Amino acid sequence: MAKILMKGNEAIAEAAIRAGATNYFCYPITPQTEVAEYLARRMPEVGGVFLQAESEVAVGNMLFGAASTGRRVFTSSSSPGISLMQEAMSYIAGAQLPCVILNIMRGGPGLGGILPAQSDYFQATKGGGHGDYRILCLAPSSIQEAVDLTMGAFATAEKYRNPVMIVGDGMIGQMMEPVEFPDDFDAGDPSKNEEWAATGAKGRKARIIKSLFLDPLKLEENSIVLHEKYEKMKVDEVRYERYKINSKNELMIVSYGTMARICQTAIDELEAEGISVGLFRPISLFPYPEKELRKEVDAKNIKTVLVIEMSCGQMVEDVERVVQGVKPVKFFGRTGGIVPSPEEAKEQIKNLIKKPTRAKKAAAKSTSKRKRKD
Amino acid sequence: MDQYEVLWAGFGGQGVMVAGQLLAYTGIKEGKNVVWLPSYGPEMRGGTAYCTVVISEQRIGSPIISNPRAAVVFNRPSFDKFSPRIKAGGLLLVNSSLIDVTTDRDDVTEILVPANRMALDAGSPKATNIAMLSAFVGATEVVKYENLLATLEEKLGKKKELLEINRAVMLAGYELGQKAMKGAGKKVKA
Repeated sequence: MAKILMKGNEAIAEAAIRAGATNYFCYPITPQTEVAEYLARRMPEVGGVFLQAESEVAVGNMLFGAASTGRRVFTSSSSPGISLMQEAMSYIAGAQLPCVILNIMRGGPGLGGILPAQSDYFQATKGGGHGDYRILCLAPSSIQEAVDLTMGAFATAEKYRNPVMIVGDGMIGQMMEPVEFPDDFDAGDPSKNEEWAATGAKGRKARIIKSLFLDPLKLEENSIVLHEKYEKMKVDEVRYERYKINSKNELMIVSYGTMARICQTAIDELEAEGISVGLFRPISLFPYPEKELRKEVDAKNIKTVLVIEMSCGQMVEDVERVVQGVKPVKFFGRTGGIVPSPEEAKEQIKNLIKKPTRAKKAAAKSTSKRKRKD
Repeated sequence: MDQYEVLWAGFGGQGVMVAGQLLAYTGIKEGKNVVWLPSYGPEMRGGTAYCTVVISEQRIGSPIISNPRAAVVFNRPSFDKFSPRIKAGGLLLVNSSLIDVTTDRDDVTEILVPANRMALDAGSPKATNIAMLSAFVGATEVVKYENLLATLEEKLGKKKELLEINRAVMLAGYELGQKAMKGAGKKVKA
């Protein structure tokens, strides 16, 4: 199929349709409402269900209910709406059901603003709801990647019977880029879900799908089953991209989503100035590419690791966990809907790699306000 | 051409977003990488709107462009806000029907396009954005004229009457842009 120009929100919505999503529940919120608008038209065309609920709390529980029947279920929202769904996420993970959630992140906390942010990293990767559960979390940095990840997300969710979340900042939702929908994409076979789904117990024993286990041994058993799935994800589902990583790099940036693209531009421009910097871009945020990142950081030439995020510093905690103090980990971030420019990223990099002369020290001081204090 | 970034800015309703999209569609037609990024935020009707378009032969990094190679401004607030941000050696296209000032910068080429007047003369004020778009393409040749025309026919071809007006405005704008660049480096008044 030829490339077409599409807005991120619409492209992701189309990807969900092509991956066989049949049930979409939503409540409108900027900057992702185009997903709902698109699917309001598209879902009936494929015989699916489009339902605008009374709130995101209801959306979460509709996902839970529909997922238990083995249908491919999908929702999209933005930060405050995703928060309202967290109780259901915990129940869905506890009851071992597949579903796909899209979070087009905006600035928080609270109602926050509507501009791009990456400040839901903790919520997405460490569990926004209660209990011992994780959500497989993927962060695209282009519209094409958002399409590819969304199309694959349904089969992955079914493989693990666990929610998969796609996180993008507002730019992923709002910008337009050329996309191609693969014709021969294997989105897996949802009919396999009938092995466990609540499909009506005619002629067979009733199945009970639940997250309630009052016997502590049974509950521990369930948690161990979940834990083993997460350990398997850590082996099989790690995704990342390396950009211009080589033995000449003086510094390595770790950044994800749209922010990583901004870092790419900074890296390209610095290369022209004779400064070599590499970028490690995690695509799966959980499971985090731990071993892969550590291997790059351990390279002799890497003196410093710089984490750049659209937050006050969230993913940086995972990087610190991985680096374990063997190299200094620095952080730069803007938040509230402010997106760091390539120029800002370049300035941060230059401050870190130049031998500190008096002038540089003064420059570093003037930018230290935005640096995280540890 | 390595990478070209252009910012489109004006009032909501002037067709700023559509102009940027038509350019992006045409870029894809030519097999290039493109990014169209709108400004989005809380705005009232008649408020400001802008978008950036990046066209490149290579993979595009940052979709956020602080200093574009060109800015196409449709109204005075956009002129004030964005003309200082253009890269040195860049290009500024001004809708001179609504903007009665010119830039003080001597490191950019300024082209004055009486876009509202051109559109009205052709028969519809709706074609204002096409005048600006085609003048930009005439001045830069970032995409080919015939491809831009094909995009126009595909995307805005439903209303035959309006398409004819757009076609006429497009040719006039393109020629204005071409002619203006022959005097590039100087202030160009059309």
